[in-house]
Amino acid sequence: MSALNISKGMSSHSAYDLRDPNGQIEESHTLAIMVENEPGVLARVIGLFSGRGYNIDSLTVAEVDHLGHKSRITVVTRGTPAVIEQIKAQLGRIVVVYAVNDLTVEGPVVERELGLFKVKGQGDKRVEALRIAEIFRANVVDSTLESFVFELVGPISKLDAFADLMRPLGLIDMARTGLAALSRGL
Amino acid sequence: MSRMMTGARMVVEALRDQGVDTVFGYPGGAVLPIYDEIFQQNDITHVLVRHEQGAVHMAEGYARSTGKPGVVIVTSGPGATNAVTGLTDALLDSIPLIVLSGQVPTFMIGTDGFQEADTVGITRPCTKHNWLVKDTGKLAETIHKAFHVATSGRPGPVLVDIPKDVQFASDMYVEPKQVDTGRYQPVKKGNIEAITRLVELMEQAERPILYTGGGVINSGPAASQLLRELAEATGFPVTSTLMGLGCYPASGKNWLGMLGMHGLYEANLAMHGCDLMINIGARFDDRITGRLADFSPNSVKAHIDIDPSSINKVIQVEVPIVGDVAHVLEDLLNVWKSRGSKTNSPAVAQWWKQIEEWRGKNCLAFRNSDTIIKPQHALQRLDALTKDCDRYITTEVGQHQMWAAQYLNFEEPNRWMTSGGLGTMGYGLPASVGVQMAHPDAVVINVAGDASWLMNMQEMGTAVQFRLPVKQFIMNNERLGMVRQWQQLLHGERYSQSWSDSLPDFIKLAEAFGCKGRQVSDPKELDAAIQEMLDYDGPFILDVLVEKHENCFPMIPSGKPHNEMLLGEAETLGVIESDGAVLV
Ligand SMILES: Cc1ncc(C[n+]2csc(CCOP(=O)(O)OP(=O)(O)O)c2C)c(N)n1
Ligand SMILES: [Mg+2]
Repeated sequence: MSALNISKGMSSHSAYDLRDPNGQIEESHTLAIMVENEPGVLARVIGLFSGRGYNIDSLTVAEVDHLGHKSRITVVTRGTPAVIEQIKAQLGRIVVVYAVNDLTVEGPVVERELGLFKVKGQGDKRVEALRIAEIFRANVVDSTLESFVFELVGPISKLDAFADLMRPLGLIDMARTGLAALSRGL
Repeated sequence: MSRMMTGARMVVEALRDQGVDTVFGYPGGAVLPIYDEIFQQNDITHVLVRHEQGAVHMAEGYARSTGKPGVVIVTSGPGATNAVTGLTDALLDSIPLIVLSGQVPTFMIGTDGFQEADTVGITRPCTKHNWLVKDTGKLAETIHKAFHVATSGRPGPVLVDIPKDVQFASDMYVEPKQVDTGRYQPVKKGNIEAITRLVELMEQAERPILYTGGGVINSGPAASQLLRELAEATGFPVTSTLMGLGCYPASGKNWLGMLGMHGLYEANLAMHGCDLMINIGARFDDRITGRLADFSPNSVKAHIDIDPSSINKVIQVEVPIVGDVAHVLEDLLNVWKSRGSKTNSPAVAQWWKQIEEWRGKNCLAFRNSDTIIKPQHALQRLDALTKDCDRYITTEVGQHQMWAAQYLNFEEPNRWMTSGGLGTMGYGLPASVGVQMAHPDAVVINVAGDASWLMNMQEMGTAVQFRLPVKQFIMNNERLGMVRQWQQLLHGERYSQSWSDSLPDFIKLAEAFGCKGRQVSDPKELDAAIQEMLDYDGPFILDVLVEKHENCFPMIPSGKPHNEMLLGEAETLGVIESDGAVLV
């Protein structure tokens, strides 16, 4: 009997999907984790990542349902398909986790991060910084004669690109919120 | 009906409502109110241990031999930190435990108060879940939830940390039935399509194997019964992990013996050569798989497990079935019967012929001696002399543990208590105490190594105090034998720190504890010594002086596949290559 070709995802309770589980290429996934908002819940989730050697590229957390005591943790993580499946299964096992959604595989998603960028400079560089900020539709939220603080909202890649351009123009400090994400449509 | 009471009383009330008859514990400042309540009641027996690690292993022995959760009470700080090894042990072996720890009063938390430790922080990664209760009104509810979480789905240890002011304050007691545990309800039923797919594969399989594990035992006696029916209905061979011994009887005609690093030749080769592997409640642990790339290369694999994260964790399987073993096996047998399924019997008969050929190697053969007691022989005699007893076995960790798994025969589940996942030396003696508490009239034997036994030997005091006739069968090789074996095979015979030097006189030690001891070194006296141990009405330490340099075979060296097993001394030199040497 040869290895039978059985489609994955036969069990609705399994942690399967149809991607090649043996793929060796690392993928980036955005996971939305709904948790009971109780003390220590964030430590539980983060401890899982550090304890089992998984990556966290971005992390945000906030209460989203005050009456229902629920918080939403958004994690951007990296790994081979098998590792991503394992991360989801391990998260799902935490007693205070209600649901784990892999936004990356579940369909189109809106992803946004907010960043604040402090840029120091005078003369041409200052003008150029302003011009680039306009192109990116960044807002000036603070200004002195020698500095700006820009506020920019967008996907991670947009904020990364903005930071790269601002660096030679005098970027001296930056604060970023980490990613918030929701699936599109209903 | 809700009643007003102190938090300390709630603890006792909640334990009683959960049907607890025995707790293992040790008092201290932060649990004094609870101990005051324990003093004033008679429903729950409190077993005073000698070290909190002992309490947790006792609770594990109690739980694994009864199927009920084990309960432990420890004080704050050092009491809680002493429980950590036991919690980790129970987590890895999926043993349901409820540990209640005292904590400094809520207003002192964070001040580095006397005997303050961040217990929920320390135990977060070694419990299935834990809680710090800051409000007496939530205490009873939390304890009831703790029982639910510990025993639902994949079982495991939980901890409830109770500050002292929460124990003193009063509030309304909440009964178990008033508590909503609805949200945490792991799936029990397996997907029927997947089960049907597995049945189809079983009908076609030419070289099938049932690879069973501790999950069968955790699922309860029905699961073991159904496994026996399945083996009977299909005629498929059955092997088991260390944790699953007893779920299929050793005398059963389909039994291949244990598999894995020190498993039987026929079991491991059958795993390697099968075309359909049905994993029932096991987890592809590294002691089982050997080199992953070469693990059972030509088989289709099905995996029945209650924990979705166990599936595809290390081995990718074609048929995943998430569910409780008993439920899944019941459905599987129903599908099998309703389809009028038949196996591919000529092929399976051919497979059995092949297995019998492997069995012909007689991999457990050893050269016996009439001057020195061989450890394998000692266990064969122990098995023979206790065959008709109502017998429970615990072990420590090392060579003796593996020999016990190989040479003792288990007919029933819940009869074999060993530290599998964590490999905790010091587990066996306290575990035997916990088992004997649950089964006062049974013969409870701890098969021990000299070094392991010393790790929690203080618990002999507990055994004596509670008149628990536990039998300590110490296979004394004056070595950290398993370490010595690896040093011989892997580290150029440089025996670094693997001598058990300055061992105590075990007979005098027995006397000092107020029990009985005997030493035996002559093979001709072995039977009489074992019989004396069994006949003695009380705890007994039998110091069996065994061959010091015996190695445990068969062995799959680290980093090797199943079909490269070592069978005996002759083949052992220079076999573990350098990448294998980094594996443990
Ligand atoms: C707490 C702990 N420390 C260290 C080890 C590593 N270890 C595994 S077996 C072993 C030697 C056990 O010696 P003994 O109890 O005499 O058993 P033997 O192997 O000689 O039968 C050691 C040190 C362990 N498993 N547990
Ligand atoms: Mg030893």
